[in-house]
Amino acid sequence: MRRDILLIEDEPNIIEAIRFILSRDGWTVNTHANGVDAVERVRTLRPDVVILDVMLPGRSGHDILRELRSEPDFADLPILMLTARGQTRDRELAEQAGVTAFMTKPFSNAEMLEAVRSLVPVS
Amino acid sequence: MTTLNSLAAVCLAYVFFLFVVAFVAERRAAAGQVRWLRSALVYTLSLSIYCTAWTFYGAVGSAARSGLEYLSIYLGPSLVMIGWYWLVRKLVRIGRSQRATSIADLVSARYGKSNTLAVLVTLLAVAGTTPYIALQLQSVTLSFAVFAAADPGAAPDSVRPDTATAFWVAVGLGLFTVIFGTRNLDANERHHGVVMAIAVEAVVKLVALLSVGIFVVWGLSGGVADTLARIDASELGQWNVAGGRWAGITFLSAAAFLCLPRMFQVLVVEAGDEAHLRVASWAFPLYLLLMSLFVVPIAVVGLDLLPAGSNPDLFVLTVPLSQGQEGLAVLSFLGGFSSATSMVIVAAIALSTMASNHIVMPIWLRLTGAGGASVSGDVRHVVLTARRVSIAAVVMLGYAYYSLSGGGAALAAIGLVSFAGMAQVLPALLGGIFWRGATRTGALAGLVTGFALWVYTLFLPSLGSGVLSPELLAEGPLGIEWLRPQALFGITGLDPLLHAILWSMSLNAIAFFIGSVLSFPTPLERLQGAQFVNVFQHSPGPRSWSAGVAQTEDLMIMAQRILGASEAMALFAREARAQGARGDLPEPTPEFLELLERELAGSVGAATAHAMVGQIVGGMSVSVEDLMAVADESAQLMEYSARLEAQSEELSRTARQLRDANQKLTRLSVQKDAFLSQISHELRTPMTSIRAFSEILRDSDALDAAARIRFAAIIHDEAVRLTRLLDDLLDLSVLENGRVSLNVREGRLVEVIDRAVAAASAGTEGATLSIRRDRAAEDVALETDLDRLAQVFINLVSNAGKYCEAERPELTIRVRDAGDRILVDFIDNGTGIAAEARDTIFEKFSRIAEQKAGGAGLGLAICRQIMTRLGGTVGYLPGQSGAAFRVELPRRVAMAAQ
Repeated sequence: MRRDILLIEDEPNIIEAIRFILSRDGWTVNTHANGVDAVERVRTLRPDVVILDVMLPGRSGHDILRELRSEPDFADLPILMLTARGQTRDRELAEQAGVTAFMTKPFSNAEMLEAVRSLVPVS
Repeated sequence: MTTLNSLAAVCLAYVFFLFVVAFVAERRAAAGQVRWLRSALVYTLSLSIYCTAWTFYGAVGSAARSGLEYLSIYLGPSLVMIGWYWLVRKLVRIGRSQRATSIADLVSARYGKSNTLAVLVTLLAVAGTTPYIALQLQSVTLSFAVFAAADPGAAPDSVRPDTATAFWVAVGLGLFTVIFGTRNLDANERHHGVVMAIAVEAVVKLVALLSVGIFVVWGLSGGVADTLARIDASELGQWNVAGGRWAGITFLSAAAFLCLPRMFQVLVVEAGDEAHLRVASWAFPLYLLLMSLFVVPIAVVGLDLLPAGSNPDLFVLTVPLSQGQEGLAVLSFLGGFSSATSMVIVAAIALSTMASNHIVMPIWLRLTGAGGASVSGDVRHVVLTARRVSIAAVVMLGYAYYSLSGGGAALAAIGLVSFAGMAQVLPALLGGIFWRGATRTGALAGLVTGFALWVYTLFLPSLGSGVLSPELLAEGPLGIEWLRPQALFGITGLDPLLHAILWSMSLNAIAFFIGSVLSFPTPLERLQGAQFVNVFQHSPGPRSWSAGVAQTEDLMIMAQRILGASEAMALFAREARAQGARGDLPEPTPEFLELLERELAGSVGAATAHAMVGQIVGGMSVSVEDLMAVADESAQLMEYSARLEAQSEELSRTARQLRDANQKLTRLSVQKDAFLSQISHELRTPMTSIRAFSEILRDSDALDAAARIRFAAIIHDEAVRLTRLLDDLLDLSVLENGRVSLNVREGRLVEVIDRAVAAASAGTEGATLSIRRDRAAEDVALETDLDRLAQVFINLVSNAGKYCEAERPELTIRVRDAGDRILVDFIDNGTGIAAEARDTIFEKFSRIAEQKAGGAGLGLAICRQIMTRLGGTVGYLPGQSGAAFRVELPRRVAMAAQ
């Protein structure tokens, strides 16, 4: 079965790193680099997992998360949130909005794989 | 024939009658029935103590000797009462509002309650009055002698006037005065019994003189027409009085009317109602007119009927006696007796009041060490004793003077000497109530000067050759001619009396004036001066002195207001029980008032409490000291409240500052959080890439060489980015803290821009940005930190390179010389920066285009900090085709800007 990931992130080097790690694990990594039309991209792509950065140009990751969760189609969509800001406030906000998993940059590649794998039940 | 014994009996009966009158009057007064005692009639009659035995007997004598001169003695007071009514009214009002007990008290009160002045005036009064009392004793003695001469049964040695008579008269008068003058210690020094007695005596003397006059005109001369004919025939009817002497005596009598202690006593101290003064202003001159009406006829008839050489001073007695009219003679004798006794009584009261208040009491208080403030019942006893002793002393002093002087001088002369002495108070008195500039020093100077001159030029010479030798009178002391007592400074040919008045009064007035002008009044004097001069503005209206009974209800109401209703009621009830009074209201005894005052003082201050109780308890007006104390207290209160206000203002200011500081701290805290969050993001982002790719390199063996190189390059780039970020942060931190040290050098702008363009191009591969410059315009000399300026330029040039979206990016650098400042504009041909972003681009971590990596968003913030240090600015320049920044800097950086 196809395993699609949508990576919403604006740092080119980070995109490349994550793409490399996950591709090697058998995921199809799609990327999107701004926040403005990120939700639209989710709707059209309908990925299995979304990796969402908090600080995005145009729109914050928190807003995107809330909008996605407000739609029935994406109420259970596995979403992994990444943040480079060290505060716990980001994590709290994200958990309130219904995030599935949360990671702080920088992360180890193993952690990333682990997290993404755990989001999707192996079928 | 009237025997001496029967005359003595008549005298005793008359005195007993006066006792009864005085006693009844006192009783009535004590019962509160003061209305009829205090009528305008009684007031007017009491003023007649002006007419003493001197005027009763002496006026006829004076008329017989000097013609109409005697009229001037009556003219002065009449002029005062009619023409100077307003002055007398002012005097009365002041005397009452100040609760003056004597003229000495009034003068001292005016000049800052100076006891020195009071003592001086008292001494002057004693010196001036003693001869006068002697004069009264002499007149009574002489009149006794007249009857004795006519009494065949009398012992031969009683024919001539002897001092024994005078002694017993003095003792009797002293006794009467002590009994009625010091019965009680009235706070206002008013003596109802005495006033009533002298009013009766005034009637007796008027009736006596009129009776003799009527007898002379109609009984002896055969009617008015015949009398006038006899007067015309004699020399007396002719006006042969020297103008100067006449004016002088008129002035003297007017002054004496105001200044004599006994006149002040009846005129001001004993005054019951100001309205009485209005009646007296015409009634008293009328009384004087009646008294003087028959003086000339009696004198003329006496000169006609009696043998040459008879004493004209006694015509009033001797004319009826010579005609066998013994009853009339006795009546006349009683008139003279009345005149003498009333004068002595009032004079003794007035003098004793002064002496005890201003001399005895201060000494006693000092000796016993009692404070002036605590007046207890004990002191009242002492005051009464002092009064009694003073009265006895005054009367006996008069007797001593009489026996020493031997009764030789003519009556009228002694009277005028006495008048002239008391007139010395006039400048200080009038000056005090009309001139606010009058001071204590001036009053003292005037009084001392006048007093000394009076003693030297008039008093001592009047005592006869026993005191001043004829040589001294003729040649002056030690032969100094211009110091001759009766021809000072070589002015001779003047009447001795006039001479004395002239010198003493004029030098007195001059000394008073100069002393006042040269000295500075104390605050109390100043206030008293205002109170005196503007007495009609200060006192709301004449208060009745008889309203001296405290109204406990009023006190209660006031106390409730201040202490609170329940506490005030408890206090009053407790005191009422302590007094043994029925009901809840205590009697307003001095002890109770004192207690109440103390209670109130706890709430409103001592002076205010005293003033408030004083207002309610008596008709007494608030004294200036009270007012000053009130003013002091309120000033203190105001100062205190001002201090409180200042403190509370300071507190609220501090609170405001704290609030501001707190807000600022909160704002800073938010900023700090945001900043830390930004730093974290900027550091973690490159770190993420570095960690991810280094793990990939470490864990993946099957990487091709190209990928490995590429990943290592990314790690390298991100490491460089991290380093730059840390450099920028440190740079910014240093700049913001102001700890940067500028390396100011001289240089040329063109070289700085060269360096900047070269450095910016080196960073960007490809160098697609073309730069247009005008090197000629850039050739400007400047003195600044050239490296820091280059840093700013590098930032701006490289920003243009990074963010200009034009197809062929172009940057124009324009330099303009604006006096001592230089403008450098960097304008590219891109789309520019949105208006809403222009304000934020200089903030930390703001980036024009987020998607482009590289800068941490600190560049422009650093530029702004640098330019501030260099004394210039960097800002967005709107209105250009693309993004445009303007750098403005001074040609020479001011060292202070570091």
